[in-house]
Amino acid sequence: MTDNPKSAKTRTIKVDYLARVEGEGAMHIRMKDGVLDDVKLKIFEPPRFFEAFLRGRRPAEAPDITARICGICPVAYQMSACHAIENAAGVHVGGQLRALRRLLYCGEWIESHGLHVFMLHAPDFLGYESAIHMSKDHAAVVQMGLQLKKVGNDIGNVLGGREIHPINVKVGGFYRVPTKKELRPLAERLKWAADASEKTVQWVSELPFPAFEREYEFVSLRHPDEYPMNEGRLVSNRGLDIAIDEYEDHFEETHIPHTNALHSMRKGHGAYFVGPQARYSLNFDLLSPRAQAAAKLAGLGETCNNPFKSIIVRSVEMLYACEEGLRIIEEYEPPDAPAIDVEPVSSSGAGCTEAPRGILYHRYDIDENSEISAAKIVPPTSQNQKTIENDLWKFVPQYIDLSDDELQWHCEQAIRNYDPCISCATHFLKLKRETV
Amino acid sequence: MLVIGVGNEIRGDDAAGLLVARRIRERNPSLSVIESSADPMTLMEAWSEESEVVLIDAVESGGTPGELHRHEAHERALPVDFFHCSTHSFGVAEAVEFARNLDRLPSRLTVFGIEGRSFSAGGDVSESVLSAIESLARAILEECETGESDA
Repeated sequence: MTDNPKSAKTRTIKVDYLARVEGEGAMHIRMKDGVLDDVKLKIFEPPRFFEAFLRGRRPAEAPDITARICGICPVAYQMSACHAIENAAGVHVGGQLRALRRLLYCGEWIESHGLHVFMLHAPDFLGYESAIHMSKDHAAVVQMGLQLKKVGNDIGNVLGGREIHPINVKVGGFYRVPTKKELRPLAERLKWAADASEKTVQWVSELPFPAFEREYEFVSLRHPDEYPMNEGRLVSNRGLDIAIDEYEDHFEETHIPHTNALHSMRKGHGAYFVGPQARYSLNFDLLSPRAQAAAKLAGLGETCNNPFKSIIVRSVEMLYACEEGLRIIEEYEPPDAPAIDVEPVSSSGAGCTEAPRGILYHRYDIDENSEISAAKIVPPTSQNQKTIENDLWKFVPQYIDLSDDELQWHCEQAIRNYDPCISCATHFLKLKRETV
Repeated sequence: MLVIGVGNEIRGDDAAGLLVARRIRERNPSLSVIESSADPMTLMEAWSEESEVVLIDAVESGGTPGELHRHEAHERALPVDFFHCSTHSFGVAEAVEFARNLDRLPSRLTVFGIEGRSFSAGGDVSESVLSAIESLARAILEECETGESDA
């Protein structure tokens, strides 16, 4: 909804219910005498209290309980929970079990990025109200997008037991591991998906991009040998280089009155940026040669400071995830046991993995009764909230002469650059522009 | 003919479509019956070889719980915001419209909606919805067996 009061001095743009984002949130922009006066992202999805009701539960239950936070990235929750609990027990899961976790994560990245690139973000660039409207004129592209998303879902089905809220992940590994024969059909689909992702990178690179860049502090995992998903150190382009269990020494959450999602800050530094663009800009060298070549052909450098180009970065990551998934399947040998034993010990453990939208931090304190006594979960969207608002603080003055409708369209697009997942963040979107 | 039940069995009345599909499968194992998410490509692939498809899902349209809605989806679009869906994925109405625009609808797609009352997590299926499930399962079975279209 857009208000344009008759007073020349006051202009308000408000979107009470942001579309094509997950969960419930609003945007409010107010201009005074032609100058931007206020920007608020309001997450009004109700608080969800997951951290509170994890108390008193057994550590083994954390992956399945926290998976329920999100229907798009349940694997991320399961992975961060497993790693945190294994960290508390001093256990490391390696070998083929580790590889299968990475394959499951590849599936989630393909499914989530496929959904966002084609169904949620592309309509913004092409001027369609929705992907369904877009599909009338771009049937082949939309069909390719739906098919890519389904390849991701198919990996979830085979490895996770079902496509949403997989039931096969446990602390220490899996309840059941697949046979080589069960993985083989996925390999054929991933070969097609890698080719389709490569075409997608080229297709999205030709979309019209606003000339908009900012200097960000990107934060992501960094692993010595691989593009990060499950493991690594937390690094940034401004000197951060810490182990995961140091996260809370360097990051803090603050409650802001206008949102039900806590804002995250890097202590002494401020807002930061997590997600595909951060991962890409901090780990370009670890992408496959094919993904690097596709990115370069699409006009991306080794870092990307235009958040609107996140659609290209997501497509590059989708290509990488297809290739990586294929590699894992080709090298797969079923492990002797589907999981290793993890005995809970009275301790505290932290885990951080790369959800499709960025780093997802979990910490569990486990007491002498082997029960969770405290839990902390910091999802990517809550970490990006302040950066999204800061983008709008710079973006709106650049486009202040646009009509209310056009400005609102571009602002919503700017928010969707981050693929915000409000259900995850709530512990968040509608646009409101107000001129005072 | 293919029967597709869509729903979420841990969200109270949202299980209705799945329960209809299960009853039909139990009573006539020779029929093609699947339970599915509303993912558009999953549905399009499921019905790619079928000319006649019946799909059942729970709806929340402000009607009386247990009320049955019938839509010939191959003829016209399903009402927007009628079928239960999440904001970050697709519901049946979106999936059907994608399929229509991509020219991948079966020649006949009948969508039954069972009006639900409660969709809360962990809730039971309402009594009125249970009776609608039974009568719809019977009607679809009868239609399949007689070839009649008056479910």
